Parts: sequence; C-alpha cells; structure tokens
Amino acid sequence: MNDDRGRIGRNEELLMRAFDDELEPDERFEFERLLSDNPELRGEWERLSKLQEVTANMRLRNAPEEMWAGYWNSVYSRFERGMAWILVSIGAIVVGSWGAWHFVQDLMADADLPTFVKWSILAVLVGLVMLLVSVLRHRIFVSQSDPYKEIER
Amino acid sequence: MNGTRTELERERDAGQAAEAILVRRAQAGDAAAFGELVSIYMQRCYYAALGMVGSPQDAEDLSQEAFVRAFKARGRLDPERPFYPWLYQILRRLCYNFTRDTSSRRRKLERAGGWLVAEARVRASVDDPERVRATEEFRGRLESAIGELPLAQREVFVLKEFEGLKYREIAELLDVPMGTVMSRLYAARQRLAVRLEGLE
Repeated sequence: MNDDRGRIGRNEELLMRAFDDELEPDERFEFERLLSDNPELRGEWERLSKLQEVTANMRLRNAPEEMWAGYWNSVYSRFERGMAWILVSIGAIVVGSWGAWHFVQDLMADADLPTFVKWSILAVLVGLVMLLVSVLRHRIFVSQSDPYKEIER
Repeated sequence: MNGTRTELERERDAGQAAEAILVRRAQAGDAAAFGELVSIYMQRCYYAALGMVGSPQDAEDLSQEAFVRAFKARGRLDPERPFYPWLYQILRRLCYNFTRDTSSRRRKLERAGGWLVAEARVRASVDDPERVRATEEFRGRLESAIGELPLAQREVFVLKEFEGLKYREIAELLDVPMGTVMSRLYAARQRLAVRLEGLE
C-alpha cells in the first residue's frame, strides 16, 4: 500500500491531496464519494485531521535578528579560513618534503652515526609518511563513495 | 485570473533574470554579488536546515557551510537555472551526512529541542498558565516525534508543513517524482498520528 520510495494507493493519494488542498475538481468529487462509501478511509481522514490541527498551530522558531546581520560575514570568513588552510597545507607539505629530503641526505652522509640508528630514523620517517598517505587515501575514498557527491545542476 | 497569472509569471521571470545577473557576477569573482545571493536565500536555507537537523546552532553552521561550498563550486552554476534548488542539494547532502555521523547525531539529540513554537503561546499565557504548560508539553512531544522520523520523510514533512510548499515544488527541490513526495508525506503523517494518539 505504501512504499517510501514509490507510489501510494489511489485512495491514499486522494487523501493526501485533499489534506493539502491540491485536489483537481474531478478528483474532489471522486474523493467525497470515496469518503462517504469507505468508513476506513473516513477514520483515517479524521485521525490525520487531528494531527493537522496540531501542526497548523506550530511553526519553526525564529532565529535571532542579530544572526542575519552577521550571516554573510560569517560565510565569507569561513571561505577565507578554508582557503587559508589549503594554502598552509600545500606550503607545509612542500617545505616539509624538501626538509625531509635534505634531512635524510644529511643523515646518510653522517659518518659518526651508527648504521642501525640511521635506518631506524629512516623507518620512523617512512612510517609517518605511510600513515599520512593512508589517512589521505581513506578520506578520498570516503568522499568518492558519498552517494550525493555528484549532485550538481 | 489569466492576467494575474501573467503578472506573477512576469515577476518571477524578472526575479530569475536578476538572479542570473548575480550568479554571473559571482562567477566572475564578485564576492559582493554572491553576498547578495546569500542575503536573499539565507533565511530559507537556515530554516530548511533547522527542519532537517532540529538544532538552531547546527542549522546555522550547516547552512553557512552550504553557502561556502556553493561559492567554491560557483563555476558549475548554470546562471539560467534557479539558484536555490542547486543550493538546496548541497545543503541536503550536508544535513544527511551530519545526521548519519554517530557523534553529531548524539550531539544533535542533546542540543535539539525548542526548534518549534506554538503560535498561540503568547495569547494563551495571558489567561491560562496550565494551557501553556500543556501546549509546551505537546510541542515537545511533536518535536520529538518529528525528530524520530526517517530523514527522507522528515524532510518532506517539514517542507510541506512548515515551508508550505506544493507537492510539485517539493518534487523539483528533491529531484524525485511527485508520487514519492506523497508517499513519504503519507508515511510521515501515519507515524506522527500514531505517536501523538491519546494526546489532547
């Protein structure tokens, strides 16, 4: 009778349309006839009418006026901060990679350090890079599997 | 009747043309033009989010984030088509993700409440404090019942009951058939009627 994704039966459709004042003139006649002939539908009409009496008296709470005054500034600040984070992240990755590369070169060239210490430091660095890549890959995977990501007009 | 409709259509076309100009200016990098679009739609966007997440703080946060994402993606906008349905899809995605997230859902439940008000509250409070209490209790029950609806049903219910949109408008906004709109609305009303049975 009722599928959340599909269609509802004709009686329920007329019931909904009548409720929301969206009946066509010929449908109105059909619905009135149904309502007088079908006690089950009439009961449902009365039950939903009680609900509508309640919801008709409710409305969404107004937001404070000061919120609207600063709304656009907040949106713009968010955008600016987002851009700033992207720039900081790109810069940090480039500079960090460059620094890490030189650090590894210096480390390997240092004759005073025992070999096992050099390789241990290298293992720590490679492990950190792998962790970072793993986290980034996971985030990208999540965004790709988001069912709404393609939404655009 | 026809004259009135033509007048309405003319007004709508003029609004659409003005909006298209703002979109084009925003696409050319004019932040102030986008600011004007924000001013036009911020209230509608906020209340749509409020209906979906039930918390004023989260609604403010999510609606602002929707505008930020719209600004970043403004290059994909088609100026000839209405701005709000496109913005609504972004907002909707944010709200769905928000409610899906376990931690934010818990936070939402803690902070939700008080997003509906009874219109008769002020009048009733003058003469009858007992009636005010009963109305507030009822409002609380209704809020809670709406909050427990599946999000797809809740979204349609709020758009219909609190935004007063027609089936066709809801279907266009959600990009679903009208039959789906009626089906979700019917299911939502059935659930609410059951939850509120026995209350005066």
